Amino acid sequence: MSRRRDLPALAGLGVIAAAVVVAAFAPALAPSDPVKNRLLDRLTPPMWAQGGSPRHPLGTDTLGRDVLSRLLHGARISLTVGLAAVLVAGVVGVGLGLVAGYRGGWADDLLMRLGDIQLAFPVLLLGVAVIAVLGASLINMILVLGASGWVTYARIARGETLSLKERDFVAAARALGAPARHVVVRHLLPNVLPSLMVVATFSVARTIIAEASLSFLGLGLPPPAPSWGAMLDEGRNYVTTGWWLALFPGLAILLLVLAINLCGDWLRDALDPRMEKGIG
Amino acid sequence: MRSFLLRRLLHALVVVWGVVTFVFFLVRLTGDPAAFLVDPTATQAEIEHTRRLLGLDRALGVQYADFLFAIGRGDFGQSIQTRRPALHVVMEHFWPATAVLAAAALVLSTVAAVPLGVLSATHRGGWVDHVSRLASLLLQSMPAFWLGIMLILFFAVELGGLLPAYGSGSLRHLILPAVTLAAAPLAQNVRLIRSGMLEVLGEDYVRTARAKGLAERGVIYRHALRNAALPVLTVTGLSLGFMLSGAIIIETVFSWPGLGRLIVQAVPGRDFPVIQAGVFVFAVIFVAVNLGVDILYTVLDPRVRLS
Repeated sequence: MSRRRDLPALAGLGVIAAAVVVAAFAPALAPSDPVKNRLLDRLTPPMWAQGGSPRHPLGTDTLGRDVLSRLLHGARISLTVGLAAVLVAGVVGVGLGLVAGYRGGWADDLLMRLGDIQLAFPVLLLGVAVIAVLGASLINMILVLGASGWVTYARIARGETLSLKERDFVAAARALGAPARHVVVRHLLPNVLPSLMVVATFSVARTIIAEASLSFLGLGLPPPAPSWGAMLDEGRNYVTTGWWLALFPGLAILLLVLAINLCGDWLRDALDPRMEKGIG
Repeated sequence: MRSFLLRRLLHALVVVWGVVTFVFFLVRLTGDPAAFLVDPTATQAEIEHTRRLLGLDRALGVQYADFLFAIGRGDFGQSIQTRRPALHVVMEHFWPATAVLAAAALVLSTVAAVPLGVLSATHRGGWVDHVSRLASLLLQSMPAFWLGIMLILFFAVELGGLLPAYGSGSLRHLILPAVTLAAAPLAQNVRLIRSGMLEVLGEDYVRTARAKGLAERGVIYRHALRNAALPVLTVTGLSLGFMLSGAIIIETVFSWPGLGRLIVQAVPGRDFPVIQAGVFVFAVIFVAVNLGVDILYTVLDPRVRLS
């Protein structure tokens, strides 16, 4: 693999690392309090624009809160929800998929039909309804996004299991009298994981966008939490008077999601030797 | 072929049944619509009376059985807010607003993807390829509603109202929402066609077609693209579900008077019949399109076994 080909992924990795650092040390890095109103400073433009001030490098919002500080704190929400929801979806989906693929029969049929039903149900709608029931919180957001993502993992894990269980090493383990649990955990799971890693990487990216979408519809963390999606929702009503309010949170999402997608591309090519260079 | 169709049809029915059952119980968890309808000073007895009028005082099992029978007759009950048949209200919002928006986005995302994907593959490594790959990557990495806001900022604000920022009624109103909705699926399709073409262009039958002396254009569009386009078909079926889901948020951004916005507004209002009918319509479209894709697949690729 050539060096040049690894560059985008390295850049992506750098952005992700920076985002993690920013999220971890947001209180120390942010120039001011992300939820403190300063009505006198409201709608200050970014520092390089006319009327801007170096005290608020990316300007302030309609309540005079510092946009940069809110962005830095928002990274915490995006990363936490993205990673946790994918973990929930992955654990549930892979577990169900392995069992369905290994056992077959009615459990398999039931699971696949459930998956079809889930796919025919718009994810955002599920979010709207479930959050209307449970209320908006970080945990509920993670559960909703996790619950709507399991199907992909279940399908892939099931498919891989179906082909793996015909292979010699699995047959050998079974012939030696290994219990089903042992075969699934020791022999099937490790072989299923690599292809799922790629899917999981892309899912983190998609989940970050889904979290922003729910927050944009007003279903995320209640205000004044600095979620990027909620910032966009607040900013869209001010596109004429405060273009920076809708611009920067979107750029933050774009940058982080792009970085994750670049890493996903690299991982997919690296793990799949059939994939010719440059295809995909 | 007939037993394949029957089996797929049965399967589609099961999926639709599952979706309506799920939404029936889900909305009943969100709270009591009776409490919303009466005025705030109403007594407990008045609330009970409203519940009885809506049939919400009956056992859940009875309500469910009633619900399924009524659906069989196409009756989703009356909208709690507008007192009109729920399916009517839903269809008014679906047709034409959401249907036109989704159709425009679907056409845009598949038709525009073909030349871009083909050019990328035939000029692999050239500037067309680089630009189109970079653009695809960017479009797939941004939230669609943000793209929508930026398009509004540029075309409606910066360019002094070249295109309207929201509303509906004319072709000009359709452009921004349709482009916004089509962006991510378009990017995905370009990538799929590109990689499909790259794989197919090395195949024997393409070499044979070239060896026969066919013009390059014929080889590419007649022989290669046909085979490279198959995955796009599958993804289009799935991306329609994505589009209907995406319409929920894009319609909100552009104040487009469609089904997605209707449902988003019906949830806080506890308008159960409208939510149920809306989700039913979403599910039927999704299932029907995917069934169509499956059938089309067997027609286009005889190697696909009818299983």
